[in-house]
Amino acid sequence: MSDKALAPGKREPGKQYTWREKVGLAQMLRGGVIMDVVTAEHARIAEDAGAAAVMALERVPADIRAQGGVSRMSDPDMIESIMAAVSIPVMAKCRIGHFAEAQILQALGVDYIDESEVLTPADETYHVYKHDFNVPFVCGCRDLGEALRRCGEGAAMIRTKGEAGSGNVVEAVRHMRTVLDHVRRLTTLGTEQLMTEAKNLGAPFELVKEIAETGKMPVPNFSAGGIATPADAALMRQLGAEAVFVGSGIFKSGDPAKRAKAIVEATTFFDDAKKLMEVSRNLGEAMVGINITDIPETERMANRGW
Amino acid sequence: MANGRHSVVIGVLGLQGDFQEHLETLARLGVEGRNVRTPEQVSACDALILPGGESTTIGKLMLRFGVDQAIRDLHAAGKPIFGTCAGAILLSTTVVEGNVHNLGLLDATICRNAYGRQTDSFETDLDIPVLGDEPLRAVFIRAPRFEALGDHVEVLASVDGEPVLVRQGNVLAATFHPELTTDGRVHALLLS
Repeated sequence: MSDKALAPGKREPGKQYTWREKVGLAQMLRGGVIMDVVTAEHARIAEDAGAAAVMALERVPADIRAQGGVSRMSDPDMIESIMAAVSIPVMAKCRIGHFAEAQILQALGVDYIDESEVLTPADETYHVYKHDFNVPFVCGCRDLGEALRRCGEGAAMIRTKGEAGSGNVVEAVRHMRTVLDHVRRLTTLGTEQLMTEAKNLGAPFELVKEIAETGKMPVPNFSAGGIATPADAALMRQLGAEAVFVGSGIFKSGDPAKRAKAIVEATTFFDDAKKLMEVSRNLGEAMVGINITDIPETERMANRGW
Repeated sequence: MANGRHSVVIGVLGLQGDFQEHLETLARLGVEGRNVRTPEQVSACDALILPGGESTTIGKLMLRFGVDQAIRDLHAAGKPIFGTCAGAILLSTTVVEGNVHNLGLLDATICRNAYGRQTDSFETDLDIPVLGDEPLRAVFIRAPRFEALGDHVEVLASVDGEPVLVRQGNVLAATFHPELTTDGRVHALLLS
């Protein structure tokens, strides 16, 4: 940040944020890459590579998985140092249901809060009621019902969960296909079928009806969890993801700066095989992946939240 | 752009950002919009929109893939170019805050994130005399602010005396996002 004083804000103090203002930033991130960073130096590497935003956290998911223990919101000092280091939007994670962590992140002024399964859930029954906050939220999902429950609570962006820290894209693919297959299915149903469908999905009826009419998710739909190569990013974009989150895949690889740049380019030119071929060359070692079947059911992050 | 003449192609730069919203706005106006990402695609356009998004990201991608030169050529050929938010930053001659590969086609100094972070994003009604009496709802997301404008830059709308919609020759720039509302009047201005 420059030392220059900012122009006076134009917001009326205390004025409720509109849905458009919250979803707007997610719309601006479309076609981009949001990168996990654990230090200000990482954040600068990410920004230089062309990241559209960064996610500030203390440990990338691969390390959380390896080290175990309870994983919590990051230290505000650490998040602030990242906010000061880059000019692009900065997101940070709170635990599922931990509205006090979310309040702290909002006070800190982060641009987006990720109520994330990567951290240890604080509540196994309830998620944060996100309409209560001024700062917009992104939440993970495995299927359309989960996505729409989060939207009902106020999430202004959805990301499919994948399996964070696995370096394995298979769950990301499963979740994206599951969500978008269901979106397509809704458009084929008669109006009289929608309430039953909402009941079966466990999703708000109004949102089910909206999708049936528009054929589109009510908020931007990004992909996360297991993306490790430019080809992975391109795959998710071709499957319908509007942007990608890359966690451990960049800073757990041999040459993070080069890989980060390549993933940014692949996300933009996701349907151009020749460009994808070029950006995929000589990236050094990718992060070591894990077969999903080798992760015990109880240790799968995607199963957190409902 | 009357129907019946040869069909006019409005390119929307699709490297990153809310290009989809611009394409939808154009579709509502009955105009063919095209997502363009390569120099060849840009060169084939009759007009170009630079969308909102992350200006540092879009600038880097423009530079790496030679799209910046194609846009300068399009500008030199007198084709209309319209930038919103990040697009306005990329069009300006001087960018304060952050390392942005800008095009310098609009004689302006612009400051990124000038009102603050996301929690300082806001909506307001704008009076835009060239668009008629009805105010235009404008959404400002982590918006930039023009700090100085050249003598030949015309101010079409302001908020508290600060310019938010400006025009210089064939370049139109907004620090807000007309593509996020269903009011297509600013886009219609580009087409007129």
